[in-house]
Amino acid sequence: MPSMPLAVDDILAGLAARCGAVETSVFRGQTRVVVPEPRSFEALAWLKEQGFDLLIDVTCVDYLEYPGAKHRYGLVYLLVSTATNCRLTVRVFVDDPDPTVKSVVPLWAAANWLEREVWDLFGIRFSGHPDLRRLVMPQEFTAHPLRKDYPLQGRGERHNFPIITRDHS
Amino acid sequence: MAVVHSGSSGGLELPENVMVGQLDALANWCRKNSLWPMPFATACCGIELMATGAAKHDLARFGAEVFRFSPRQCDLMIVAGRVVMKMLPVLQRIWQQMHEPKWCISMGACASTGGVFDTYAVVQGIDRFIPVDMYVPGCPPRPEQLIQAIIDLQDKIQREGTITGREFDTAGRQLRKRALVEMAGPLTSDASRNPMLQRELAAAADAVAAKT
Repeated sequence: MPSMPLAVDDILAGLAARCGAVETSVFRGQTRVVVPEPRSFEALAWLKEQGFDLLIDVTCVDYLEYPGAKHRYGLVYLLVSTATNCRLTVRVFVDDPDPTVKSVVPLWAAANWLEREVWDLFGIRFSGHPDLRRLVMPQEFTAHPLRKDYPLQGRGERHNFPIITRDHS
Repeated sequence: MAVVHSGSSGGLELPENVMVGQLDALANWCRKNSLWPMPFATACCGIELMATGAAKHDLARFGAEVFRFSPRQCDLMIVAGRVVMKMLPVLQRIWQQMHEPKWCISMGACASTGGVFDTYAVVQGIDRFIPVDMYVPGCPPRPEQLIQAIIDLQDKIQREGTITGREFDTAGRQLRKRALVEMAGPLTSDASRNPMLQRELAAAADAVAAKT
């Protein structure tokens, strides 16, 4: 579709005009854009107005000890416009301590569980989320296990259960 | 079962087709040939478990075809697949809901040891937290292996147990059961009572100390 790259360029230009400096890159035909953290909600709200009506995924990457990384956490928002099939990857970088971004649940209801999962596994706080509970780990769990500084075998949580013997049951 | 034929009963004349044995042995014979499995199938072992119950391997030949999904109707729990830490309280609760006498088969590498899933979320062998009678190796085990475990379990059942179930009925046992009911949630248990947790915590502290 020849008209699509143009539309993407217009969107990127509009994004740069509204939200300050944004890095853009293209990898295998997919456009990625980095939005500064304080303006991320504003940028995503504007993108939704431009027709990105479908939020595919919200996920996160922990860049601890990653060569050349400037920030600790990189949030990833995958957007699609169902009218034009245009796809856009939006990155938002946040750092310790207390990494926080504004929740996009008001924009896309699909973000509710996706942000809960990111909170559960990476400990990114989404301000304004209506119900920021853990999604996959037990509620009593205290760590965020997909952080790179969390040991693969855990900190003993998997052994912290009562032992039922033959005499007990 | 001790069987005495009419010809060799030492003076006592028994009619034909009459056997003399112990009631305990009779009870065990009934139990072992009417096992009702509780399928706790969480992974690919569960597929083999289904194959074991299906027509080709036909677990009904061993009296164990009545899979029930209510633990209160079952006396053999077959844990087939990995158990994650969020599932373990469920597993323990189901085990406690089953009535005596009851047995447990740990089917496959994951249920027995955690298998290749040596991660924070996966329990490294269910026998750390509930009693297990038989282990089935394999990843996943073939139906023949599970059938062998059930046959071995039948031999074990024949050797133990009483018709009145007096082995379950001790005062201390009932007290301990009550204490367990009053036990709080899974992650609030006291670390000082759990030697495995203490070892794990010590190892984690050592690893941190070695790194710094």
